[in-house]
Amino acid sequence: MKASKTRAIASAAAAFALVTTACGSDDAADEPAAEPPVETEAAADEPAAEPAAEPAAEPMKIGIVAPSAENDLAWSQSMFDSVNRVGEGRDIEVAISGGLFVVEDAAAALRGYAEDGFDLVIAHGTQFGGPLQEIADDFPEVAFALGTSTDFFGKDNIFAYSVDAGQGGYVNGVMAAQLTASNVIGVVGPVPAGDAKLYIDGFVAGAEAQNPDAEVNVNYIDSFGDVQLASEAAKAHVANGADVLTGTAQMVVGATGVAAEEGIPWFGTQSNQTDLGADIVVSSQVYHWEIVLEQMLDKITAGTLGGEAFVISFENMGLEMEYNDGFGLDASVRESADATVAGISEGTIEVPAGE
Amino acid sequence: MGDFFTVSVLVATLASGIRLATPFLLAGLGETIGQRSGVLNLGVEGVMLLGAFTAYYVTLETDSPTLGILAAIMVGLMMGLVYAFITLVMQAEQGISGIGIYLFGLGFTDLLFQKNVGTPIPISGLGDIHIPLLSDIPKIGEIFFQHSLPVYVAFALVPVVWFMINKTTFGLNIRAVGETPEAADTLGVSVNGTRLITILIANTMACLAGAALALEVGIFQQNLTAGQGFIAIALVYFGAWRSYGVMLGALLFGIVQATVLQWKTLGIVEGATASLTAMAPALLTIVVLVIVSRRVAAPSALTRPFDRSG
Repeated sequence: MKASKTRAIASAAAAFALVTTACGSDDAADEPAAEPPVETEAAADEPAAEPAAEPAAEPMKIGIVAPSAENDLAWSQSMFDSVNRVGEGRDIEVAISGGLFVVEDAAAALRGYAEDGFDLVIAHGTQFGGPLQEIADDFPEVAFALGTSTDFFGKDNIFAYSVDAGQGGYVNGVMAAQLTASNVIGVVGPVPAGDAKLYIDGFVAGAEAQNPDAEVNVNYIDSFGDVQLASEAAKAHVANGADVLTGTAQMVVGATGVAAEEGIPWFGTQSNQTDLGADIVVSSQVYHWEIVLEQMLDKITAGTLGGEAFVISFENMGLEMEYNDGFGLDASVRESADATVAGISEGTIEVPAGE
Repeated sequence: MGDFFTVSVLVATLASGIRLATPFLLAGLGETIGQRSGVLNLGVEGVMLLGAFTAYYVTLETDSPTLGILAAIMVGLMMGLVYAFITLVMQAEQGISGIGIYLFGLGFTDLLFQKNVGTPIPISGLGDIHIPLLSDIPKIGEIFFQHSLPVYVAFALVPVVWFMINKTTFGLNIRAVGETPEAADTLGVSVNGTRLITILIANTMACLAGAALALEVGIFQQNLTAGQGFIAIALVYFGAWRSYGVMLGALLFGIVQATVLQWKTLGIVEGATASLTAMAPALLTIVVLVIVSRRVAAPSALTRPFDRSG
């Protein structure tokens, strides 16, 4: 009996140890303010020993909850990089909880940041909208932001932000249509919603506008995280004759691997994806969320905590096309891309806005 | 639909199905051996993640996928020892401790990836091995004989596992401790010794499955396995705890997945229909599980710890 009890206690301890170890990342999410993983340059450069001449103003605290890793070369990294750019000009303190693809975990992290007195809590994923509505009601003095979303649910402490992802998609499509020799282009997407759908719709429109003979095959794999499925989808495109590929969301690292293996040009979006294939990445549409973050922070400083929606686009410099010099893009193709960006910004080229 | 029935598309689909089936098969075969001895491991997914990260990281650092696989095998053995300690020595409830292992694998690999790698960096995988002569057979060669090493290993293990379980003394011991451990014990069979070995094999094969996946796609990222370990467990039930049954299930699952991908690529299914079609592999598994559960019984001592003192 005693041995059995000892075994039971030891067993429970082992299981507890396993679970607590496993939940390490979640613990970090639960205590976001304890050790912010990222500091602004201003904070990092501050001499530690030198006493301040006068008491400095408190830095604004920004908490970010994202569904994938902050360095995924895609969705989450776009926000991470943007906040870092905001930090170059403002005194901010940033904490990030990445990899929270489980909405309940993300909700706990959002609540944690709010409880810890963060000035702006960013729910960087449309799927976090449900719990955010409830959390925002519990913390009326905290400003929240939700993206991509155009809906702030009528709440005066939620900002909504979104992206005209179809604009860069259109530009990439125009270039892709000029690079294809087979006239078959493959697209790997997660689910037909949000900025993924906008990007892909824009890409298809751009390719068809440039080359009406181009056949653009779109494959939504119904997953944001299944890398192997993305890889096999890309292989399916290649088997069907595609000689140019693009895709969006964090699982595209599987598809870029196929592109690299086959030597097929790849068009990226969300973040600069050149690191995924220095020889095959042609260009990337890069999100500059700092354009809307700056506006949100200004409003928070002025006492407005939400009730407004923002969109980044070429027009407001929230979107930028970044090109990979290592690819050796033909000058005429690059010129057509620049002209397309100008046309979209000026309104002479219309990009599908999605359904 | 006509586009799908061209030879080149069918060949590509079947080859894709075989690749997709490989991680399921490797993990499923290991779990079959474990469950036949009475040990359930719901942590297959976590162990696969550990194998995937290990193979990826070692390959990234050494540029040697072979070393990556060897390292993954070592991690598999270590995880086997851990799980054996939890289930055999501590006699913890297997379902719960398996979930603990899964959470550990999920969290720990993410932590290691973030600390040691960060941004996903592509690695060169194992590359395809074209089996001499056989790979030159038109169409057949492309479907079956132009794959990477783990694919061949996985399918070669099917008869090996069948032979081991059904034709060897050790296999007889596995079945005995999985059905009536008390009787096996009275005949001098070491129940926990046998289970220790099956746990080591199961965890090693789960790690190998993860390694195969990481080296096939040439990258690692958080939750790379995306539920494949859980599907592998379901396929053990699907296959009625028999290696050929597991292979059939893995192939069916892989080929249906590949077919749906091709249909989407060719625009045969679109919109809501495409999303519904994507559920086909899971629905198929559920239907077969219902049928199997009515016809074939699980090992009698599955999840039951053995304690000689009773």
